[in-house]
Amino acid sequence: MKLPGMRAVVDEGKLMLVGIPVFLWTALPIYHLCLFAFSAKDSAFSGRLWPAEPTLRNFGTVFGQKHHFLVHFWLQLGNSLLIAVAVGVLTLLIATCTAFAISRLKVPGGRWIMNLSLFTYFIPAAFLAVPMYKAMGVYGLLNNQWALILAMVTIASPYSIWVLKQASDKLPYELDEAAKVDGATPLQLFRLVYLPLVAPSMVAIGIYALILAWNEYLYAFLLLSNDKDITLAVALGNFLAADDSPWELLMTTGLIYALPPAAIYYAFRRYMTADLTAGAVKS
Amino acid sequence: MSSLTLSDSAAAPAPSAASERFSPWQVWGLILCVPYVLVFLIFVLFPVGYGFWLARAPATYVKLFDDPIFFRSLINTIAFLVIGINLKMLVALLLSGFFVTPRWWIKILSVLFILPWALPSIPTILSFRFMLNPEWGVINQLIFQLTTDDGPNWLNDPTLALALAILVHIWKSLPFWTLILIAGRLAIPSEMYEAASVDGASKWQKFRHITWPSMQTLYLTCTVLSMIWTLGDFNSVYLLTGGGPADLTHVLATLGIRYLRLDEVDMSVASIVCALPLVLPLIYFMMKRLSK
Repeated sequence: MKLPGMRAVVDEGKLMLVGIPVFLWTALPIYHLCLFAFSAKDSAFSGRLWPAEPTLRNFGTVFGQKHHFLVHFWLQLGNSLLIAVAVGVLTLLIATCTAFAISRLKVPGGRWIMNLSLFTYFIPAAFLAVPMYKAMGVYGLLNNQWALILAMVTIASPYSIWVLKQASDKLPYELDEAAKVDGATPLQLFRLVYLPLVAPSMVAIGIYALILAWNEYLYAFLLLSNDKDITLAVALGNFLAADDSPWELLMTTGLIYALPPAAIYYAFRRYMTADLTAGAVKS
Repeated sequence: MSSLTLSDSAAAPAPSAASERFSPWQVWGLILCVPYVLVFLIFVLFPVGYGFWLARAPATYVKLFDDPIFFRSLINTIAFLVIGINLKMLVALLLSGFFVTPRWWIKILSVLFILPWALPSIPTILSFRFMLNPEWGVINQLIFQLTTDDGPNWLNDPTLALALAILVHIWKSLPFWTLILIAGRLAIPSEMYEAASVDGASKWQKFRHITWPSMQTLYLTCTVLSMIWTLGDFNSVYLLTGGGPADLTHVLATLGIRYLRLDEVDMSVASIVCALPLVLPLIYFMMKRLSK
């Protein structure tokens, strides 16, 4: 057994010199959010760095919908969930079909479709928002949750198609040939060979679209305005407009809203990082 | 097989062209593409075309160029891109080197470090916003306790407010880029570093001659992609400053919404059209990279 030398201690110290600021930088805003959620209003506003008497009262107020900002809390939480799930499912459906057609069936014009969708992926989302809002008005979909669902599917699909196409290009073509020789129809190939093989990428894509829709603020507040239709994200934004925003409740609701995507992200981290960074690193 | 069918029927004057020209496999391929093509036509092509049509009048652009807020937003956007992205990517590059160091506590820290990226932006930006509140925010209360002076009114000074919006943007997106660059570093074969160590290379020499040459393409791609995404970053500015004070901290992403609120849709779209000369080359670069 060797004692750590002077040099090792210095090295460790240097690493700490980076690690501690990184920790503080990352954790402070999140800690501050939690601090407010678990403090009574007076305590939070006094600038304390830890709660004087930690309390769950704010959560009680939010869950009981006992503030005029929060009368539709459960409904809005439900809206967020419904829209996120719908976007996840629809994006998966559309992206899987398109990627299969382009990659395995070699559909004529497939390259074009891929390029158009990539182009869409690279348009900054905020730039498309106003034209999308006007178009939804033309379609008569404003203040209809379908408007947000379809807008988010539009935004989530291109990247999903690209990731799934990359994944399916890697599958050996002998599989398709063998299936053809055995007399499989395209749909059988899709269902029995293709889907099981790209399933891991589909998990990543489904979660990507789900979280994207859950987190979306800009499109949600443009396309929905009725208090009973809006998502929790828009409700949080509306809090801000008030002069005397109940900040402790705002932070509590924000924390509740932030937990599901974070939990999902950590639960599926393996899928997410492997698939979603592969493309960027490959080049 | 399918190409054979194709050339056969092309030679023959086929009456029912569609079913003859494509093999059943390709017909299925076309059917499966229909949903996405419809989404593209209805929710991308039509809105974009309609947008251009709304902003067709030259008078709109004259009015836009006469609006000092438009110019201020352009400058803010450029500051956001030049300062924000270079700072972010440089820190990400440095931190990626830190995070590949094998230590148990760095592993734990890296899990925590992803949080800003994994959390939705609204709650955390609102948390920032309250921290910066001049009277009740924790930062100014600390400044008061330590110096008995009042801290600055952070979000009421346009330069300071924009700098803070850039900082919030960096806070949110730094983990993602660090993660990508970590993956880039891990892809470099470790034998190269071992060989360099044997030759007595210094840390800087290893970075200069091994790490950087392997990563520079990735670094450039990340920078361009980050520029595109940053141009579309609405939340960091809108939720922190709301474009204020006096509309001096708008960027192009929030300016369009401001005009929309003022019921000037043509100006809103025109401000985006003016950004296209900047955006399209970036998009072209990325498509070249990815459509291989």
